[in-house]
Amino acid sequence: MKKAKLNNNNVLLLITIVLFAAMYLAGCIVYAGKGFTRLQTFLNILIGNAGLISVTCGMTCVMLTGGIDISVGSLVALDCMMMAVGVEKMGMGSPVLMVFILIVGVVFGAVQGFCIAYLEIQPFIVTMAGMFFARGMTAVLSTQQISITSDALFTKLAGTKIEFPFGGYVNTKGILQVPYIRVTVVVALLVVLATFFLLNYTRFGRSIYAVGGNQQSAALMGLDVKKTQLKTYILCSFLTSIGGICFCLNTMNGTVGQATGLEMSAISSAVIGGTLLTGGVGNVFGSLFGVLINGTISSLVQTNGKLISSWANIVTAILLCFFILLQAVFAKVKERNK
Amino acid sequence: MENDVVLKMQGICMTFPGVKALDHAGLTLKKGEIRALMGENGAGKSTIIKCLTGVNKFEAGEIYLDGFEGPITNRDTMDAQSKGISTVYQEVNLCPNLSVAENIYIGRAPLTKFRTVDRKQMNARAKKLMEELDLNIDVTANLENYSLALQQMIAIARAIDMDCKVLILDEPTSSLDDREVEKLFQVMLNLKKKGVGIIFVTHFLEQVYAVCDGITVLRNGQLVGEYTVEELPRVQLVAAMMGKDFDDLASIKPEGGEIGKDAPLVIDAKGLSHAGTIKPFDLEIREGEVVGLTGLLGSGRSELARAIYGADRSQTGTLKVKGKEAHIKEPIDAMNLGMGLLPDDRKAEGIIGDLSVRENIILAMQAKLGALHKIPMAKQIELADQFIEMLQIKTASRETMIRQLSGGNQQKVILARWLATNPDFLILDEPTRGIDIGTKTEIQKLVVKLAGEGKSVIFISSEIEEMLRTCNRMAVLRDGAKVGEISGDEMTQEGVMHAIAGGDSNE
Ligand SMILES: Nc1ncnc2c1ncn2[C@@H]1O[C@H](COP(=O)(O)OP(=O)(O)O)[C@@H](O)[C@H]1O
Ligand SMILES: [Mg+2]
Repeated sequence: MKKAKLNNNNVLLLITIVLFAAMYLAGCIVYAGKGFTRLQTFLNILIGNAGLISVTCGMTCVMLTGGIDISVGSLVALDCMMMAVGVEKMGMGSPVLMVFILIVGVVFGAVQGFCIAYLEIQPFIVTMAGMFFARGMTAVLSTQQISITSDALFTKLAGTKIEFPFGGYVNTKGILQVPYIRVTVVVALLVVLATFFLLNYTRFGRSIYAVGGNQQSAALMGLDVKKTQLKTYILCSFLTSIGGICFCLNTMNGTVGQATGLEMSAISSAVIGGTLLTGGVGNVFGSLFGVLINGTISSLVQTNGKLISSWANIVTAILLCFFILLQAVFAKVKERNK
Repeated sequence: MENDVVLKMQGICMTFPGVKALDHAGLTLKKGEIRALMGENGAGKSTIIKCLTGVNKFEAGEIYLDGFEGPITNRDTMDAQSKGISTVYQEVNLCPNLSVAENIYIGRAPLTKFRTVDRKQMNARAKKLMEELDLNIDVTANLENYSLALQQMIAIARAIDMDCKVLILDEPTSSLDDREVEKLFQVMLNLKKKGVGIIFVTHFLEQVYAVCDGITVLRNGQLVGEYTVEELPRVQLVAAMMGKDFDDLASIKPEGGEIGKDAPLVIDAKGLSHAGTIKPFDLEIREGEVVGLTGLLGSGRSELARAIYGADRSQTGTLKVKGKEAHIKEPIDAMNLGMGLLPDDRKAEGIIGDLSVRENIILAMQAKLGALHKIPMAKQIELADQFIEMLQIKTASRETMIRQLSGGNQQKVILARWLATNPDFLILDEPTRGIDIGTKTEIQKLVVKLAGEGKSVIFISSEIEEMLRTCNRMAVLRDGAKVGEISGDEMTQEGVMHAIAGGDSNE
């Protein structure tokens, strides 16, 4: 009974993992001289994308219901700006601000979710409005770039390294470099685990899959579809806010143009990770690997040094096409087998 | 409410945009009773059920449920479930992306003490439940891996596992085999013993008489009557469903008479079928013959015709057209063999609203010639005018958009479309539905005239009188299978009714 069934959905996840491994291995072979093989290179991918991982978890939940949320990038920018303005202009403490940011996330998600679930407006339209609103509010708070420097706790959190007892190397100056991660990575991985648990072991999580599988059936089976949708959008904005705080800890500033296009990275990561655009299929581990693949691509382009960063976008685009095509093929095969 | 009544619905009205689906319909269900809810396709059976469970909102009427003071309304299925009404809807309503066990328990999954879903217990319970239904399947596999019949059994398992006082089964047997149906009946009889009231919708008449105690008949959204099984033998049931008063049926003599056996065969179908819609059938049609297809709505009349025409590709059997074996893969092949099909759903399949009358008329002919051989405009105009004249199509001009025409005239345009291809064999599926009586007679005359010119016709209609007037012979369908033919002296209303009801008609 415990035998893992290799159905199409597992195959998608498997392809994602294999692809990640292959890509990373290729990087290790080609750029071995440039330090790609070091553990820290991998950890840097995690550190650089900690915020995105959390955001993608939220996005995955929304996409599982068959919806979409394109407001996440702007919400992250708003979160960073709230943190920056709060600390630097209003002299507030970062713990209070973090709680405030999370509350804003919940309210923001509740409003969007209400419009989508109960007023039955297209998710794309609603979250586009949310996107403009959040970005607009960011500019209202400040049009300047504000660096966060005066909150000791926040600076300490950002600067803390969690060091590994192994995998170090001695650099050219003869100093031992110990591999490390940051607090944000721990947070992001906890979010992945928590979301996985929520999706698989709670009634709410299973309802998300049911709604995405067949909304009408879910309703006829007696599930509260609207409530499930509402809660999912709240969850997404909440996780996005956690991601926003992580993002802020990485950048240590707030600016209007921050995290532009982050929503697209989150969507493409989820899709590459095996989440079906039509909903009902996917999981957060896939999405984690989706983020890692995107991160690896960027890292490879950076390590190369000669390529402009747009190449990362191009490769991502190609991958995205590949995975969407794959999804379509699987859907066709499934239909044929009926 | 009387003591033993568990559910009473009365005066229920409900309108879909443009359709009055229920018009003072009702139903009374007693404790421990299995009640058949009968009616032709579209009579409103599923709709009244959905009104009960809150899926559809009804505009008027009351629902009384045992244990509740005064009329109730359910907000949604969940609400109905909590009041003890458990439903298997007609369309299998499960989630393909979830496991079998989850489909059975979603929304009410057993929880561990940490309030998380107890998968182990859920799977064990699902397994046991399926075993009670003699189904030994892997309940952890996704639902999409299983056949429609199994999915239907899973939906039933889900419904009967809930504690309920009213169980509703809307056509649960449509894709089950005999053994599975037998199993379902056992389960139903068990629940009946426990005092559960069951509403059972089926289109298999014999199933009604096998398990049901009472029958409620709907027609066109109206309540025809509520009967005990003894009160309503098969033929009477069919008459009630079709809206004919069986006792005073006037015999209408067919005009045509039989076609001689020496006339050449135009269609010779042997063992054609289409999975899920029509079981294998044989059918012969001779030159100049009009063959009627009769049966209740949804008995497979259109499906049989579509299998011959290749609109639904037949998976078995052989088809000979004018003595030569034909391999029809798509409708264009059928057209090239000289066939034409006037579909019953002219909105969905027939007319193209934004094209003119002329364009609609030449459409089939153009398709037959291929896009490269454009019919010259002069020819198009000539053809259009000829048919407008011949069929007396009432249109402002031949360039009027067809959607501006009345239904009857649209019907004539589509008829003209097929006549323009000069077919030897025409399938007319409900050609007179929804048109006025005068036009009806014209179309009937036209059919007889075409047959006189040596064309062969399959004529499908719900109106028996009309069929008797136009057909030489009739094939009878029941539950997706051709069950017999009637001709000669049997061609009376009464004869047709008996043939449709089937079995021992005095049951
Ligand atoms: N969702 C819908 N929208 C519009 N019309 C509908 C809908 N569902 C059913 N109808 C119409 O309501 C009538 C009754 O349908 P239904 O209750 O499904 O019949 P039955 O179950 O007896 O075959 C039919 O005329 C049908 O076309
Ligand atoms: Mg129905």
